[in-house]
Amino acid sequence: MIELKPEINFNKHFKIFNIISIVLIILSVFFLLFKGLNYGVDFKGGTLIELRVQDQTINISSIRQSFKNMNLGDVNVKKFGNKTDFLIKFEKKDKKNINFINDIKNKLVLDIGNSFSFRRVENVGPKVSSELLKSGVIAILMSLSAMMIYIWLRFEWQFSLGAIFALIHDVIITLGFFSILNLEINLSIVAAVLTIVGYSMNDTVVIFDRVRENLKKYSNKKINEITNLSINETLSRTIITSFTTLLALVSIFIFGGEILKGFSFAMILGVIFGTYSSIYIANPILEYLNVSHRTIVKEEKNENFN
Amino acid sequence: MLYFTKFKVLTIYIFIICISFFTLSNFLSDDNKLINKKINLGLDLQGGSYLLLEIDNTPIILQKLQIKLTSLKNDLIKNDIKFKNIKAIDNKILFDVDEVHKNKFIKIFEDKNSTINNYFDKYKAFEFEYEIINETISVFYSKYGIIELKNSSIDQALEIVRRRIDELGTNEPNILKRGNERILVELPGLNDPSRIKNLLGKTANLTFRFISQQNEENFGSEKLKFENSEEEALVSKRIILSGDNLIDAQPRMDSQTNQTIVSFSLDRLGAKRFGKATTEGVGRRLAIVLDNKIISAPIIKDAIVSGNGQITGGGLDFQSATDLALLLRSGALPAPLNIIEERTVGPDLGQDSINSGIISLIIGFSLVIIFMIIRYKIFGLIANAALIVNLFLLVGILTIFEATLTLPGIAGIILTVGMAVDANVLIYERIKEELKIENNKIIAFDDGYKKSRTAILDANITTLISAFILFFMGSGPVKGFSITLGVGILTTLFSVYFLARQLTSFYVYKNKDNHISL
Repeated sequence: MIELKPEINFNKHFKIFNIISIVLIILSVFFLLFKGLNYGVDFKGGTLIELRVQDQTINISSIRQSFKNMNLGDVNVKKFGNKTDFLIKFEKKDKKNINFINDIKNKLVLDIGNSFSFRRVENVGPKVSSELLKSGVIAILMSLSAMMIYIWLRFEWQFSLGAIFALIHDVIITLGFFSILNLEINLSIVAAVLTIVGYSMNDTVVIFDRVRENLKKYSNKKINEITNLSINETLSRTIITSFTTLLALVSIFIFGGEILKGFSFAMILGVIFGTYSSIYIANPILEYLNVSHRTIVKEEKNENFN
Repeated sequence: MLYFTKFKVLTIYIFIICISFFTLSNFLSDDNKLINKKINLGLDLQGGSYLLLEIDNTPIILQKLQIKLTSLKNDLIKNDIKFKNIKAIDNKILFDVDEVHKNKFIKIFEDKNSTINNYFDKYKAFEFEYEIINETISVFYSKYGIIELKNSSIDQALEIVRRRIDELGTNEPNILKRGNERILVELPGLNDPSRIKNLLGKTANLTFRFISQQNEENFGSEKLKFENSEEEALVSKRIILSGDNLIDAQPRMDSQTNQTIVSFSLDRLGAKRFGKATTEGVGRRLAIVLDNKIISAPIIKDAIVSGNGQITGGGLDFQSATDLALLLRSGALPAPLNIIEERTVGPDLGQDSINSGIISLIIGFSLVIIFMIIRYKIFGLIANAALIVNLFLLVGILTIFEATLTLPGIAGIILTVGMAVDANVLIYERIKEELKIENNKIIAFDDGYKKSRTAILDANITTLISAFILFFMGSGPVKGFSITLGVGILTTLFSVYFLARQLTSFYVYKNKDNHISL
């Protein structure tokens, strides 16, 4: 039976973990700036073909060679899950010829025979892809600001700042991981990042709620004692919830098929960092901003006055 | 928080049962009459094609400006305004006037009741604006003039796209306007969209014009290419007939030559004009021009006054004749459409996605359920009952709204399972704390519920905000994710605060004097 005895002194580790976080963020920003993200067709434009061969003897190099001969520019061919599935990506698109997919199919038949099928074709024009990228970035910024405003309304500005730092931390590190590992960024990754924003907020809010309660209860305790107490009191919940969410996500990652791999991986990263940041980022910020019993009581008074 | 009236309990269960009916209707055969609502499967799950078309309005603006040029000339003459050098250049009509006529022009051009420049009441703006530099007046579309023009061209295009797709008889197509320049076409079950893309990619502007008798290109004629060959011919710009005059077109087999042809019938006005032109033009060649390419240019042997004719040549096979007839029947697009986004999923991939989605749902669900029983025993069972009902409610509500389920949507359901227990975990952990300081179990449970409430609400509202933003910013599959995530939060709150709380209260009241292990 898991029974958590929450008497951990988190304060002791704040400094060291904050330094680790800062290093991770700098590393992530460095990779994001100099290596950039590996955008999929959604955001870069171009064509994606998921190909399944019935004939197992067809290997990746013959497919690659066939595409090379079609003069499509830089063609990326890779295995996709099963042995028989391949993912082909290229940027060049013959604008005038709306049937270029059929032409590719016909040329492929000449090279590798007709025992294959296109399971999925995605073709995104440059205008659409830049719009999708723009709206993805706007959506993430919007949700960050919405969270900030919500926490500010429900708590105090110090809490809102702590929460938003934790969120930005999670988003940057998750994206940084995608840059370092060269994983593809597509629409579902943006959805994952937005969900991470909401999820990471969950953890933070639960701890903050307890911090507020304890600040009211103990007027003479210092903020670092209060945060430490609050984190400990909510720790079993934090761990259990992250654990059940991870159970669901790992299940999607392993059994949910290739298309959801990137999405679930981003979510798994986000849940881990989100849980970590609500403890080690959001709370120290309350301390740095000198939150005290008075911060909360003042708020109550104002409410009564109004 | 623990006390429930009998009436309240009854309402909760009736509500759950009602919604569950909709959930179950997804698994019943189609011919049950009671509830015939089902969740729609997104294109990524059932297979199909998604096309985003963008209308290219540049030719329309030029065309409309040419028409405006003619009518403006007449209007200026009618109003005794003397002008020189009228011409259309770069989306503008330019002409020269002297000082006196300049003011006269301004007066009639700014008259809201005149027909020379339409005034839109809804925008409080004119269709055209003007600019005067020295002696030259330039007239051009105002911002709202362009908007009106785009609106009307997108509506026309939408109608034509709809007709063309309907003629093909695809299964439940979904054709929607996106803004005033784009049309979204969803074709469930369509594996290979190349034929539809071909049909939508053609403007299908059909004209009948004489082949010019001069040898040099001049003002009244233009050089056009033949379809399927490099050959060129000089064609008169004067249009005898256009596609608008067609009332029907059908592919046929010519029994004598064994060639595929498209036969057509004309409306009364068209028949009259065609009759007149063919009577006068016996011996001349008549070009049938589609989208600025000559399909064929037969020599007129006899006058055709019946209003029926046929198109041969151009290397028509039966498929292309069928498509040409379809294009002619459904009419011309006001402007060319470009396909700017295309996503096609084969049906086998869709089925694979459904299977893997369901497997990961079952596994994720089982793991969470087992964990909850280990951790909270009897209360774990209650939380699990709430979780199962939560799933039923979620699917039921999606069914009521006939929402579209996508692969990311399934991921949203699985994620909901993982996150749904959070609320119960928060409550139980809080109750555990309260039980340490409070001997009266009912008060401890009651306090546990009360004190955890704000945290639960705040935590769920933040996720709901994310889901809302995703819904408004996302497209297609991602939108499906935001719907299941958002609805999942609502059903979670319901199942936790009504069902699980009621079950907990029932158990606690029964065992208030016994030992309760949590």
